[in-house]
Amino acid sequence: MSVSLLAQIGQMARRSILQTLRQPAMVVPPILFPLVLMAINVGGLEAATSLPGFPSDSYLDFAIAVPFVQGALFAAINAGSALARDVETGFIKRLAMTPMQRTALLLGHLGGVLVVALASACIYTAAGFAAGMDFEAGVAGVPVLLALAMVIALAFAGIGAYIGLRSGSGEAVQGFFPLLFVLLFLSSMSLPRPLIEQDWFRLIATYNPVSYLLEGVRSIVITGWDAEALALGFGFASVIALIAVTGSAAALRTRLVRT
Amino acid sequence: MNRAAEHGIEVEGLVRDFKDGPRAVDGIDLRVQPGEIYGFLGPNGAGKSTTVLMLTTLLPPTAGTARVAGHDIVREGPAVRSAIGAALQEAALDPLLSGREHMKLQTTLQGVPKAERRGRGDELIERVGLADAADRRVGGYSGGMKRRLDLALALVHRPRILFLDEPTTGLDPSSRADMWQEVAHLARDEGVTVFLTTQYLEEADVLADQIAIIDRGTIVARGTPDALKAEIGRPTLEVTPAAPDQREAVATVLARFGTPAPAPPGAAAARLRGGAEELAGVVRALDAEDLAVTDFQLHAPTLDDVFLAKTGRKLDAGDEAAADEPREAVVA
Repeated sequence: MSVSLLAQIGQMARRSILQTLRQPAMVVPPILFPLVLMAINVGGLEAATSLPGFPSDSYLDFAIAVPFVQGALFAAINAGSALARDVETGFIKRLAMTPMQRTALLLGHLGGVLVVALASACIYTAAGFAAGMDFEAGVAGVPVLLALAMVIALAFAGIGAYIGLRSGSGEAVQGFFPLLFVLLFLSSMSLPRPLIEQDWFRLIATYNPVSYLLEGVRSIVITGWDAEALALGFGFASVIALIAVTGSAAALRTRLVRT
Repeated sequence: MNRAAEHGIEVEGLVRDFKDGPRAVDGIDLRVQPGEIYGFLGPNGAGKSTTVLMLTTLLPPTAGTARVAGHDIVREGPAVRSAIGAALQEAALDPLLSGREHMKLQTTLQGVPKAERRGRGDELIERVGLADAADRRVGGYSGGMKRRLDLALALVHRPRILFLDEPTTGLDPSSRADMWQEVAHLARDEGVTVFLTTQYLEEADVLADQIAIIDRGTIVARGTPDALKAEIGRPTLEVTPAAPDQREAVATVLARFGTPAPAPPGAAAARLRGGAEELAGVVRALDAEDLAVTDFQLHAPTLDDVFLAKTGRKLDAGDEAAADEPREAVVA
């Protein structure tokens, strides 16, 4: 008798959440670090709001988008590390011996990571409101913000899962983290793209998809309902998620061989 | 009796090649009868684990055929997996989950009906002596506890055939004895067919009904432990002279009664041509030469002797560097 795909995914997601919650290092830094970095930026870069063309009179409203993307980077590390550990410990072979479908392993892991990412996103949102964020989209904007945060988390978690499955090494996943961070810093994280003076930086930020993820989140806070920014944010996040999850599924097929 | 119980394991010409490596398994044939413990004995790198991975459907063979529980390992993978349980070389456990959480996950994924999951998990945890540790995280378990949990997890769906890949490697003598007892119980009392790989001669000798000795990917001997030892036939006499400088003289006397055999430092040994009946003659000959002895031991042939006779090497002198783990890249 085989168990339904949904039950398999549920079991794997439950395991993923337990794994994360039982490693404080996987929970505390992903929540605290982005908030601390945002607080530092808000404190140090408030003067940027007086630049002509700056889209908000509060740097907090501008910077609140960053924790959502940064949290997603941590989701990538969590997802990748967990799958790499399954390869390293041979646990993946135990799973391969059961009637479990490959899809359940991947979706379960990603689902568990998304639950943790959702909790983190709720905390970022609450912290923003507590700090006096002016939320232009209103109440209806909150679920859209969280939805976009989830798609972004899925995109990065998919990348992490791909690296974890391909390399089978937690160290490789950790080693990838700085690269993701560089992508974040080479985006419109600190300034709107039109206000970036250096041409090379502005060019990179323009071609860097992370800019559009940030700008999608930012538009909900600052503009309210900006269809183009939202379309680009959801669009880039969805495309990255699709490519990353497809790549992860292929990597899993190679890793979880059975006849 | 279900189909799995009527069939054991049948293997013909099984081959496995790896890219940039030697042929790991080179055309082996096996026949494991239902309900027996089959010992697959060999040094590190001999091809034991690769064989197990193929028979458990986790590694496609390069050539050859195998049927496990009546199902073809290539064409009927899911049917094979539903009939077997496996505890692979490393206890594949999640260090962050407790023993009971492993049980819950495994019973669910194996399709144990919901109403039975808790009971089945508790029963197996109790059986392998982990009731007190069931709610602790596995990362804090000893090697023996991990192995026992691994075994319990392999049994949740009541498999008729069980693959155990070096189940006692790295365990202390007490944990090893517990594992032997459990494996023997499974086979003798529950009729489970056990395919057991080991590099321990004693383990194969104690547990196995039939043994195949594998070396460098090929089977060099097979039979019951007694039959294999009888094939070697002759016991070894080991004599330690009272005076260390008389070792050569003792060896010369022994050589009259048989062929020299490896002996511990300070002793001489020979495989007696005429068997145990030669003992009296050896004692008389030593006495005639005025050679006093402090130790005089007659050893029945062991599986180590069998391995030595078949391969020219002692089993414990196997290629330790060659890990018996299949490499990733595959030559189809």
